[in-house]
Amino acid sequence: MQFEYWLDNFWSLTVGGLTQGAIYALVALGYTLVYGVLRLINFAHSEVFMIGTFAVPIAWTAIGYGRDAHPSGLGSVVLLFAVGLIAAALASAATAMLVERVAYRPLRPKNPPSLIFLITAIGASVVLSEAVGLLVKRKPMGAMTLIQPKEVFTIFGTSVDNVQLLVVGAAIGMMLLLDQFINRTRAGRGVRAVAQNPDAAALMGVNRDRIILMIFMLGGIMAGGAALLYMIKVGSTKYDAGFLLGVKAFAAAVLGGIGNLRGALLGGLLLGVVENWGAGLIGDKWIDATAFVVLVVILMFRPTGLLGESLGRARA
Amino acid sequence: MRQKFVRAFGGAAVLALALGASAACADDTKNSSSGSDCKVKIAFFGALSGGNANLGINIKDGAKLAIDQYTKANPNGCKIELVQKDSQGDEKQAPAIADAIIGDSSIIGVVGPAFSGESKAANPKLSGAGVTIITPSATNPTLADQGWKTFHRALGNDAAQGPAAGRYIKDVLKAQKVFVIDDTSEYGKGLADQVKKVVTPVATGTTSKGQTDFSALITAIKAAGPDAIYYGGYYAEGGPFLKALRGQGVKATFVGGDGLKDPGLIEGAGKEAAEGTVVTCPCVPPDKAGNFAADYKAATGQEAGTYSAEAFDAANIFIEGIKAGNTTRAKMEAFVDGYNGKGITTTFKFTDKGEIDLSAVAVWAYEVKDGKIVAKQEIPKP
Amino acid sequence: MMSKLRALDNRRLGFLSGIGDRWHALPKPWRIAFGLAFVVFLFALPRINIPFFRTVETDFTTVLWTVAIYVLVAVGLNVVIGLAGLLDLGYIGFFAVGAYSVALFGSPQSVLATKYPWLVCVPIAIALTMLSGVLLGWPTLRVRGDYLAIVTLGFGELIRLIAEKGDALTNGPRGIAEIPYPPGKWPAGVNSEWTGLDMFGPVTSLGWYWLTLVLVIVCMWAARRIEHSRVGRAWLAIREDEDAAEIMGVQAFRFKLWAFAIGAALGGLSGAIFAGKQNFMSSGSFELMTSILFVAMVVIGGSGNLAGVTLGAILVWYLPFKLQDFNITIDGERINFTEYRLLLFGLALIVIMTFRPQGLLPKRYRSSQPPAAAKEEVPV
Repeated sequence: MQFEYWLDNFWSLTVGGLTQGAIYALVALGYTLVYGVLRLINFAHSEVFMIGTFAVPIAWTAIGYGRDAHPSGLGSVVLLFAVGLIAAALASAATAMLVERVAYRPLRPKNPPSLIFLITAIGASVVLSEAVGLLVKRKPMGAMTLIQPKEVFTIFGTSVDNVQLLVVGAAIGMMLLLDQFINRTRAGRGVRAVAQNPDAAALMGVNRDRIILMIFMLGGIMAGGAALLYMIKVGSTKYDAGFLLGVKAFAAAVLGGIGNLRGALLGGLLLGVVENWGAGLIGDKWIDATAFVVLVVILMFRPTGLLGESLGRARA
Repeated sequence: MRQKFVRAFGGAAVLALALGASAACADDTKNSSSGSDCKVKIAFFGALSGGNANLGINIKDGAKLAIDQYTKANPNGCKIELVQKDSQGDEKQAPAIADAIIGDSSIIGVVGPAFSGESKAANPKLSGAGVTIITPSATNPTLADQGWKTFHRALGNDAAQGPAAGRYIKDVLKAQKVFVIDDTSEYGKGLADQVKKVVTPVATGTTSKGQTDFSALITAIKAAGPDAIYYGGYYAEGGPFLKALRGQGVKATFVGGDGLKDPGLIEGAGKEAAEGTVVTCPCVPPDKAGNFAADYKAATGQEAGTYSAEAFDAANIFIEGIKAGNTTRAKMEAFVDGYNGKGITTTFKFTDKGEIDLSAVAVWAYEVKDGKIVAKQEIPKP
Repeated sequence: MMSKLRALDNRRLGFLSGIGDRWHALPKPWRIAFGLAFVVFLFALPRINIPFFRTVETDFTTVLWTVAIYVLVAVGLNVVIGLAGLLDLGYIGFFAVGAYSVALFGSPQSVLATKYPWLVCVPIAIALTMLSGVLLGWPTLRVRGDYLAIVTLGFGELIRLIAEKGDALTNGPRGIAEIPYPPGKWPAGVNSEWTGLDMFGPVTSLGWYWLTLVLVIVCMWAARRIEHSRVGRAWLAIREDEDAAEIMGVQAFRFKLWAFAIGAALGGLSGAIFAGKQNFMSSGSFELMTSILFVAMVVIGGSGNLAGVTLGAILVWYLPFKLQDFNITIDGERINFTEYRLLLFGLALIVIMTFRPQGLLPKRYRSSQPPAAAKEEVPV
């Protein structure tokens, strides 16, 4: 235990953890949406995110901004941000919908136990990551540096830079949009209805299949947003970049209360911070172990999470 | 009904017996190679597919070039065939491949295994069966201490590379505060430990396989404020780590071992963040090795890569042995043990443990310039 | 197209069950005789040259041993997934605990330096894995099925991380060598080159194949006995409907814990054999993807059915070795099929779960048991 080190670097570890946690939170939303409506764990969601991370550098290169390009001026940075977001969201949403069509829809009429869905989702996850791995020969793919990190302000002697602010801000912004969509729009009402009582919703004229497809799409868009922020923060990706992040995002979703949108945000940020504190306290090689211990402990003692499972209960 | 079933079953049993009988004969045919029409095999053992295939292909092509040149120069000599065994660098697959090599008695030598992990899984078998091993790339120092009788290493180990990197940091970079990081792998930790013997680090840290968020580690680095960072590990994590480091404004010189010597480092870090990174390698730049670089390019269409030249030398030692008429495993082992000759990379004379003279090993420093890894200088010997 | 395939698959199944029926209709002495002949055939297999079946690029005996060890894994995992219906994604964790027990207690390189012989290490390995199974199962078996899958996944990763990072104990990715193996030397007359060599030493694999085969047969027999005992019936009841089982007086938690412990013990035994045979192992041998392949072999073959999971293990571990013999190159690069293994078995998981959730060789139910397999054939 290195208490002194942890105390000395408390704010630095916290800021770093919040940034990483914001990305967990966006990915966690995908798990939460699917679980809230279908009561199933979409194991392939980590690959939905991974494909988004590949889409970002591919799109940027396609419009002339290769790995070593330098976007200059605020206008082009904003434009490139938008291009990256659209590309990643499209790729991730398409992948998520594909997973739904291939691994979920054909099984649904037979109403099998949920373990069967989990196995097909694991199959889909393996297929996606291996297919990408074989395509890129398992090599990493780098993206250009969209935003050069620059200190914006300091808090208790720890500098906070623009990338960190952007990642956390964009993640919270996307989440608020999703929250509004679910709570305010007609389609969102459909989602809540299916989550609460699928049969009653169907009788009321809600098209269940379409709602489910939309749920996967929304989760995919959020994962695409996470993928863009990840590429801005980390800068390169690999075919197996999804797995670990996916498990951690799932842990975040469970921590906050799976099926609960605000829980995903809370769980994501909290997990990012706890993980960094753990690394500070017991040495950085145990950073991944911290996340798994949190997952196991939460599932053992409070499987409903901090805020409870509640996509159906109207409040979202 | 039942009779039919019994008959079918009986038929199957008879068939199995017949096949079994044919087995006994078939098994013996493969040992007929060491006859008058001299024909022997050398095996390449390493990754030709999977995530580490690049390195394996470099080595395979180096060894292949040596044998092709021999065949061209000696059309009437003993025929040598290079058998390619693809391990994917996976220690779980290595034993089955080692057993297959042992089972084919016309294989009298192995160029490889390429990595240290698979070496530990395969070499006890190969050594127990008396197959001569010359590895052109596995640099973990402990490999020589396992008591494998037939083990030889055609290049300096990490015990040569690590201290050389330390000297470079101390004498050439003149760094005062050094932060030493390893990736906890067999290779990375071994190398970092060697570096620590020469320079006293201000602090140390670790990364792990597949890690992408380095904020906790960078916090520790900023707290220590080093002017050089040594990273013992591979490019897969080294690239993104370097990018995050530069992004957070850490300006210290980044020094690493041969595990970073791959274009993947620049892909992961980006050209700018990678600029000025120093990579050490106990491998001689191919263009300093005579005609080798040109020949390799002509034969494969690629630039010679890391360890191609070492593999070329390793294969040539076997070729010398075969030229001298050593076409059995026992004779080849005796020949390699007593070998003393000059290759394109260094002078080969193996110690009892199978190492070459470590004081003669040249360790080179390479530098990233304009997105390319170029040779900078040979690191001065102590 | 789809319906044609389905009809074809049904015919295949009909044919198989026909064979099964005839097998059961045979008089007992016949069955014993055939069974013994088959066992003898299996023991002789490394020495029999069946064209196309034998691997060329890799040593056939070692390949057979590899298949045998993973059949043992499949038998153990089948108790957990097939019989008790608990999806365990972290089975590799138990395998690793077993392997590390042997390495740590046996190898002179380990920090414990107890240097116990292999035969002493094996019971320790089994005891420790059973203990870890109970320790993991006690708090987690109360959570819901799909949560359990994720908890076990976390457990498997945690074991791997401890193996990788806890290098004071496990030596991390650098691994532990000089792992002990059973005693015994080859007598004269088996193979002139082997006389005097260690039977289970690093040079020969035949001894290990035979030993593993014996253990596979013993464990299969034991698993069958358990399946048809009161415990097995309790598992069936829990798997089909846990609430109903509870009401009928089956203590679901206790029996699930038993399944977990027995499965873990078999995983530990396989790990112990793996460590002894490999002689060297490191944290790199216990990647999570291997755990996914474990699940794949049980599910693809037919969970609950010993013949099914055996077929699954053969498909997952023998095929990639065999395919290496077909020296296929594309653009001058050699194709190694082990690289495509995960992709293909991932696809197989989707397809089989969609069209035949019971697996390639589904479980057949005795007349005294409810026709559970039929339930999934509800017309769409």
